[in-house]
Amino acid sequence: MTTGLVPSRLHAVDALRTASVGLRTRRLRAALSALGIMIGIAAMVAVLGLSESSKSELLAQLDRLGTNLLTVQAGTGIGIGSGELPDEAAGMISRIGPVETTSSVSAVDANVYKNDLVPSGRTGGITVQAVDINLLDTLAGSVADGKFLDAATANYPTAVLGSVAAQRLGIRTVTGTQQIWLGDQWFTVIGVLNQFELNPDLDRAALIGQGAAETYLDHDNVPTSILVRVNPDYVDEVTAVLAATANPQNPEEVEVARPSDALEAKEAANDAFTALLLGLGAVALLVGGVGIANVMVISVLERRAEIGLRRALGATKRHVAVQFLGEALLLSAVGGAGGVVLGWIVTGIYARVRGWSTLVPPVAIVGGFVAALLIGAVAGLYPATRAARLSPTEALHST
Amino acid sequence: MTVAVAEDRVAPAGGADVVLSLRRVSKEYPTTPPVRALRGVDFTVTRGELVGVVGPSGSGKSTLLHIMGTLDRPTAGEVTVAGYDVASLSDKDMSALRSRHIGFVFQQFHLLSGYTALDNVADGLLYTGANLATRRELARGALEKVDLGHRLNHVATLMSGGERQRVAVARALVGQPSIVLADEPTGNLDTKNSEAIVELIRQINAEGVTFVVITHNREIADAFPRTIGLRDGSIEYDTEGKR
Repeated sequence: MTTGLVPSRLHAVDALRTASVGLRTRRLRAALSALGIMIGIAAMVAVLGLSESSKSELLAQLDRLGTNLLTVQAGTGIGIGSGELPDEAAGMISRIGPVETTSSVSAVDANVYKNDLVPSGRTGGITVQAVDINLLDTLAGSVADGKFLDAATANYPTAVLGSVAAQRLGIRTVTGTQQIWLGDQWFTVIGVLNQFELNPDLDRAALIGQGAAETYLDHDNVPTSILVRVNPDYVDEVTAVLAATANPQNPEEVEVARPSDALEAKEAANDAFTALLLGLGAVALLVGGVGIANVMVISVLERRAEIGLRRALGATKRHVAVQFLGEALLLSAVGGAGGVVLGWIVTGIYARVRGWSTLVPPVAIVGGFVAALLIGAVAGLYPATRAARLSPTEALHST
Repeated sequence: MTVAVAEDRVAPAGGADVVLSLRRVSKEYPTTPPVRALRGVDFTVTRGELVGVVGPSGSGKSTLLHIMGTLDRPTAGEVTVAGYDVASLSDKDMSALRSRHIGFVFQQFHLLSGYTALDNVADGLLYTGANLATRRELARGALEKVDLGHRLNHVATLMSGGERQRVAVARALVGQPSIVLADEPTGNLDTKNSEAIVELIRQINAEGVTFVVITHNREIADAFPRTIGLRDGSIEYDTEGKR
């Protein structure tokens, strides 16, 4: 039935104005309830941002180091073997088609001291390794100071120190005159290396040339491990044949590993941790939502007179519901936007400290904001319905 | 400037000048035991009238105001406001009727805190669909009419009691309603401010605005051209045509 009455109307812009009344007149309470949502969203955005930033860092790291480095090691332990690879292992491996370079490392049975006065046994955990002169190329390593072994220095009593070994021996810069007491001989330090990201064992070693090892330390240079750089397209194929090629008689005594796998495994562990933190963020968000619902219920109780007045001025139940739902949405939108910004800042600061590039995935930004709005809508629904159902006469008589 | 209201209203029974009509109106609250707040109340208010409704506490004044203002429905009887039979209106229609045809003035003023006098009055038109500029323009005129043209941008809730009630009167008038219902408009004011508000209502009524003022103060009600006395939910006396 038509009554001919022009219905009450509330423009969208006015709906927004009325929805913001509570926020403008009760600022501290609004700020505190938005803070709950903000913390939840910030936690989620930061977790996703940090995870993404660290992932991008890992990809950059893998890209730099390559995933095509394989290590061949002699297995050690009871019933496994001697801990050495056959003499000819490096040569045989280098004949596998897709193998680009090989570099052998042989552990020397000798200790290193700062000088000949240091009591024996205080080795500082530094090992001695006789290495090929192409080691740095194979491992994508770099020299921090001085230079690496070359065809000439590899035959003389010279040593290049891994980063940890250099630190323990108190050598920061290379002067060319520093000597260390290595296997009862003086060796001149000619270089210090940067950290090896894929082979931390070598960081704790003093590296000497194979010629020098043979001449001065009477070492047989039988490789304990061989580092193999292969064509990236044939990594799996080479991995499959590597053990049998290195030691055809006892392939089971050979361990083949891909150091980049460790980085990926670390990332997988991080992923699990990320999921856990996301869950914690979601709990924080939920608590924030409950906070908003609580504040809105109190607001409806406190503003009964205002609701009565609005009904008297011509507001329909829907207008009242829209006002309070709008207020909850505004609260959560403010919290959500603040949370996204805060999450971004946290990610930025942490990434900068770690030297990563800041990367906050768009899904975290949009998703964070939408999640805040959804929480606000759910939290505001009950108070809004309650406000709308309030009888105008009852509302007007509350003070 | 006025807000355009295109309506197809049915002419009320009893003549075009009848703004409010109550026929055998009763209201019973379903409490235990049930309370009969109004018992067969019967009167009409014509355009331009100034009516005082007076009665002691519990006489049914507030219930009568709610029913006249379409904030509540009667249990029995007929209510017609501005030509609309309230029984045939939905809740939404009653809101529409209030937004365009009924102005309210309350004892507690009911002004929005933090809002200026201008915006409080402009909110009287909030649900008519008029835009903010129009609402403020009309609100300015209404505030000037109640001598508050110099206080437009003052926060209403920080004003004196008398000024606050004048802001509330301006809000009731801003939409040019068919009738203004005032519920104890002097109840929270001192004698001087009460007199000023009564005088203001008289002035506005003289310009043609229909008023029904509910009060417990017999002196105030008796000073109006017409007084309806309520007792125990029934009309005790009505001075219509006797003054």
